[in-house]
Amino acid sequence: MRPPTTAPDFDTERVRAIANELASLDGPLLPILHAINDRLGHVDERAIPVVAEVLNLSRAEVHGVVSFYHDFRRRPHGRHLLKVCRAEACQSMGCERLVEELETSLGVPMGGTTPDGRLTLETVYCLGNCALSPAVMLDGELHGRVDAARVGELLLRAGR
Amino acid sequence: MSAVVYVPMDAAALSVGAEAVATVLGQELVVRGIEARLVRNGSRGMLWLEPLLEVETPEGRIGYGPVGPADLPGLLDAGMMQGAPHPLRLGRVEDLPWMACQQRLCFARVGVIEPLSLSQYQAHGGFAGLRRALALGPAATVEEVVASGLRGRGGAGFPTGIKWRTTAAAEGSPKYVVCNADEGDSGTFADRMLMEGDPFTLIEGMAIAGIATGAEKGFVYIRSEYPHAFRQIQRAIHVAHEAGLLGDDVLGSGQRFHLEARLGAGAYICGEETSLLESLEGRRGQIRFKPPLPAIAGLFGKPTVVNNVISLASVPWILANGSQAYRDYGMGRSRGTMPIQLAGNIRRGGLIERAFGLSLRELVMDLGGGTATGRPVRAVQVGGPLGAYWPTSLFDTPLDYEEFARLGGMVGHGGIVVFDDTVDLARQARFAFQFCAEESCGKCTPCRIGSTRGAETIDRIIRGERVAENLRLVDDLCEVMTDGSLCALGGLTPVPVQSAIRHFPEDFDRAALAAAAE
Repeated sequence: MRPPTTAPDFDTERVRAIANELASLDGPLLPILHAINDRLGHVDERAIPVVAEVLNLSRAEVHGVVSFYHDFRRRPHGRHLLKVCRAEACQSMGCERLVEELETSLGVPMGGTTPDGRLTLETVYCLGNCALSPAVMLDGELHGRVDAARVGELLLRAGR
Repeated sequence: MSAVVYVPMDAAALSVGAEAVATVLGQELVVRGIEARLVRNGSRGMLWLEPLLEVETPEGRIGYGPVGPADLPGLLDAGMMQGAPHPLRLGRVEDLPWMACQQRLCFARVGVIEPLSLSQYQAHGGFAGLRRALALGPAATVEEVVASGLRGRGGAGFPTGIKWRTTAAAEGSPKYVVCNADEGDSGTFADRMLMEGDPFTLIEGMAIAGIATGAEKGFVYIRSEYPHAFRQIQRAIHVAHEAGLLGDDVLGSGQRFHLEARLGAGAYICGEETSLLESLEGRRGQIRFKPPLPAIAGLFGKPTVVNNVISLASVPWILANGSQAYRDYGMGRSRGTMPIQLAGNIRRGGLIERAFGLSLRELVMDLGGGTATGRPVRAVQVGGPLGAYWPTSLFDTPLDYEEFARLGGMVGHGGIVVFDDTVDLARQARFAFQFCAEESCGKCTPCRIGSTRGAETIDRIIRGERVAENLRLVDDLCEVMTDGSLCALGGLTPVPVQSAIRHFPEDFDRAALAAAAE
């Protein structure tokens, strides 16, 4: 099966430029990985030796950091990213039912991407919107007091 | 003078449509030829009323809410800009019971001022604390914070001034101030609201900490789930540097203090101070053994003050008004005020800053109005995912570090998550283990392995397999995790589990009850 979103050609020089740009910060590794993640959409396996070389770290050290944090993705997500909060405050307002409904209506499990590469569904533990639960974040925008119908509207508005 | 109208830009307000309200309002004002300044403020913390719009009138600021974009033509027709009557009119915001009952020291400016306006910040008392700290000098500033009785608002409740004193006395250079803004506990949003609604208060608190301890560099470590707060702090740091409030010559004192905002990367454990330091240094967020304390050997091995957002943001008021004025609030050894966050299944959710001592009943029932679903309240979890589940029979407990600890719970970061009578505490106990398993840094065995074994054992209990025996096993496991874990994640995961079992035993015997009923 074809992967949902094809990875763009890997651009070694772009990764090296990002790493060099931020290398002078105190503790530069997380800012560099964030910048790669944001600008290239994910942290490709091939970025690891490049970053390691710029920072004079071992590949294992960089790999260890990339794999520790939820934010650094190993492959691109769908064109849209929906994070659904499943922490206690949202649980108290029925987020688990919302998750079931979304999984059914979108035909994709939490953590998965729709076959057309349009949407990735992710679990998040707390968006800090706990007085307006259930909360979701769609492409970086926070939404409160949602239900499956409201999420459907948001996705419709987000487009392809 | 043209009229002034406020529409919050707080992330919670945005989550229920404040941006659309601001956009439509801006268009309507132009179309109607109304001259007015549209200010984007923080949130007042009455989140069930968001988007809460306010209009400045001769009688004060009049609130309307919750306002949707479609309400605006009608509101403007009715004369909202003059504070005229309308079904959505709430009256003077300061007079609303929710606001009138509060003692806002830390949050005094949140929702009131334009968050990035330094002139408004100063007009509302900003930088009085920093000026006094510069006049007092480092040692007297530290002692002022010690005398205030301020305890870490992040959750652990350790006296802030003692941390400062330790760092100030520690050998080593440079020293650092690190703000822990990794507010990962469900049910809490005080840090986020403060950073979005009044970021200069945090910056001022950090500058005071720097001057008091001899640190010339600070970091704000903000979780990546808070993109709005991160952007706001970045902008505020930029403004403060430009205005000479940060940099090589803080307020013309000749003292240096530089500040940088850093983004977390989605790891709950990085709210633990030593994991946070590892993460800032660019490593996996695994916790460190203590000692050495971060105050002595912290960031890059140097003396480091690590404080929560609210602890640091409480300092400017303490310096400006004196430690005694702060001590006058509160009860017992819990001095000052605490921002309490009412969350979850609650009719009126939001933030209340009050002196310690209010009971859970006053908070949840009186201020919060009970559940959002209208069903009876069955349980509340106080202090985040590592806090205890409380039954309504303990609702007269006052919010106080010692009282909560005496009853097996904790105040934590002040979040209260309300559940109605459909909650299954066995499932909540299972979630506590599962969450610990997902977020464990893996360094110590009780947390890394115990959490998974705990979830499996609760599963057996839920299925009705050898319930009494498995409950004993859970108890035993909890003891190992409590005594044997290196940090609060493994060490406190037993708190929600055991409080759920103790106060809601019937939920752990549902299979047997169902069998007996057949």
